[in-house]
Amino acid sequence: MSSFSDKLKKLKEGLNRTKDKIVTQISESISGKAIIDEDVLEEIEEILISSDVNYEIVEKIIEKARVKLRETKERSKVNLIEIIKKEFEEILQNYKVESEIIKFNDFKPYVILVVGVNGAGKTTTIAKLANIYKNKGFKVLIGSGDTFRAAANEQLEIWGGRVGVQIVNKKQGSDPSAVAFETLSIAKKENVDVVIIDTAGRLHTKHNLMEELGKIKRVLGKVLQHAPNDVFLVVDGNTGQNALVQAREFSKFTQLTGLIITKLDGTAKGGMVFSVCSELNIPIKYVGVGEGIDDLLEFNPNEFVQALFG
Amino acid sequence: MLEDLTLKFEKALKKITGQGRLTENNIADTLREIRRVLLDADVNYKVAKQFIDDVKQKALGREVLASVTPGQLVTKIIYDELTKLMGGSSKGLTLNPTGVTVILIVGLQGSGKTTFSAKLSRHLTELKRKVLLTAADVYRPAAVEQLKQLGAQINAPVYSVEGSQDAVKIARDSIVYAKKNGLNTVIIDTAGRLHVDEEMMREIVAIKKAVNPTEVLFVVDSMTGQDAVNSAKAFHESVEFDGIVLTKLDGDSRGGCALSIRAVVNKPVKFISAGEKLDTIEIFHPDRLASRILGKGDIVSLVEKAQKQVDEKEAEELQKKLLSNKFDFDDFLKQIRMIKKMGSLKSLLAMVPGLNKALRNADIDDKQLVVVESIIQSMTKEERRNPRILNGSRRRRIARGSGNSIQDVNRLIKQYKEMQKMMKRFKNNKGMINLSNFGLN
Repeated sequence: MSSFSDKLKKLKEGLNRTKDKIVTQISESISGKAIIDEDVLEEIEEILISSDVNYEIVEKIIEKARVKLRETKERSKVNLIEIIKKEFEEILQNYKVESEIIKFNDFKPYVILVVGVNGAGKTTTIAKLANIYKNKGFKVLIGSGDTFRAAANEQLEIWGGRVGVQIVNKKQGSDPSAVAFETLSIAKKENVDVVIIDTAGRLHTKHNLMEELGKIKRVLGKVLQHAPNDVFLVVDGNTGQNALVQAREFSKFTQLTGLIITKLDGTAKGGMVFSVCSELNIPIKYVGVGEGIDDLLEFNPNEFVQALFG
Repeated sequence: MLEDLTLKFEKALKKITGQGRLTENNIADTLREIRRVLLDADVNYKVAKQFIDDVKQKALGREVLASVTPGQLVTKIIYDELTKLMGGSSKGLTLNPTGVTVILIVGLQGSGKTTFSAKLSRHLTELKRKVLLTAADVYRPAAVEQLKQLGAQINAPVYSVEGSQDAVKIARDSIVYAKKNGLNTVIIDTAGRLHVDEEMMREIVAIKKAVNPTEVLFVVDSMTGQDAVNSAKAFHESVEFDGIVLTKLDGDSRGGCALSIRAVVNKPVKFISAGEKLDTIEIFHPDRLASRILGKGDIVSLVEKAQKQVDEKEAEELQKKLLSNKFDFDDFLKQIRMIKKMGSLKSLLAMVPGLNKALRNADIDDKQLVVVESIIQSMTKEERRNPRILNGSRRRRIARGSGNSIQDVNRLIKQYKEMQKMMKRFKNNKGMINLSNFGLN
């Protein structure tokens, strides 16, 4: 088990790539020129867009920065980074939420459905989530609802073994709703605290598969009125503007309650989170920063922006 | 695929169409909009900038002034530039006629390497290659098992070593195994890795060195954002790949990384992969993709796809019958089976120009084909040949026999009649468009 500061270090290392890119480039832009002119603003635009921040958001923020620059005579001394940083912080601050863990005692079992496109990292994330909950003393049960992909069951079984959590499996090709049903039934019988339901990766454009998700959700609600308490969308941190489309579509069918952004350890980005948060009002719950079981960190808006802009 | 981009281009182009000759001002407007379209589609910032600059240079030239309609000309310039950006003519896979051809599959986690490996294996088997799949991902839990199961689905042998952690050795040994067993093509599926993970990048370099591959393919998720160029660059610097594979194109409404990776790393996109079924692999044609982006449809792909699956004579006969209005339910059934062979209706219809726009948002259910098939199969030979005799009691019997409702049967007969009417209208309009209309039930 790594300590919290280790984890923080890891997050920062990952985000530092973004930070390095944005901050050093912005700083260079500013220090290199006495007056912040259109060229500098364009450079900032490039840096932000290259980090996958949505074009509209970049435009808005640059426009605000431009207005603020006009208000001051000493343009060279305006701390542009501060202006931009504040704007980004504001976007994330509006969507701060409390951890789901504090609600575990109010619902028994607490049920979390995990959805996402193919290859986003759902199964690995579920193992990490289970590990966090288990370490806090909760009894966790995972339903292996990915009955489509070859060897998805085996993958989850191996993770279950590593974390020490029971998995409910059905044969490949069986109805995922049946897995969800059975998992909840077992959870009720065996006094489980938290149930996590895995689902097969699906592209948000596949109507039938999205309907299937809706069905899984309904089945959960039939067994337990409060279920699912949460629906988490797992998004690959490498994703560009499509993340917003994904979130929008998945939300239509499952009413998402949180986002988990994975693979943030390797890329210099994450900028698309701003549009997802602001347009859809969905908070970011966790970020994945590595392949180890402890490499899932609770999302902290302040830290995120802090790390982003130094 | 790329519908959204196409849609936005159409919008941007509309601004120009209908106006008089191009002035620097109205070009500026349009180019700004196109730039926005590109950035929204995840085209790399720098690539988009270069693209716009190129188009501007050409649009401001004399050719523009000589054009009949400015809209047409700008469409052409954009199309040409897009095609150029995406690599000019398409390039296939290099396969050694003798000895063992080794194809190394590399990429980030979750990009779709394992699924693509299986698809490629199936594709090459169709080309009469004897393929071995090598499971060299020793890290992800059950990755080997996944490849084994996929291999079993397509009857391809899979080489794996239980419990081994040595991917380099597995890769090397698999080639020896292939030689011993008379297999001439080895596809090596490797673990997903981040381009910043030095240890893992060293491993892939070692694998490459050990197997001396004929082709190294870099697999990239088409939903990837701006960073696609960075990972592609890093992989290229380490293993020098020969081609790019774009995956998950069936769900992606943007396709920007297709444009930008090609521009940044000077290697062609060789395959696109659009679907979870193992036969959804296509050779990448930049020109077609460019025309598709511009809303012209991908008629050539459709023709090729149809040719691969449909017996041409049979098709000709059908067409004749159609045009002479002798099209009966037997023919209908044949047609449906051909369409089923070609892939999903939605992917097929997306390629037909004109239809593209109308159907972009239509929800097409492939299951409907199964219903139709079952109803026709429950008809007698006489009924199929002569649908006019289908009275109430016959319809009830067919409904019972096929396990569908009487409404389903009625609907099909109505559709059949409508189609006959439609065919009359198409009499003078030969060509592929006919084929696509069968799907519209």
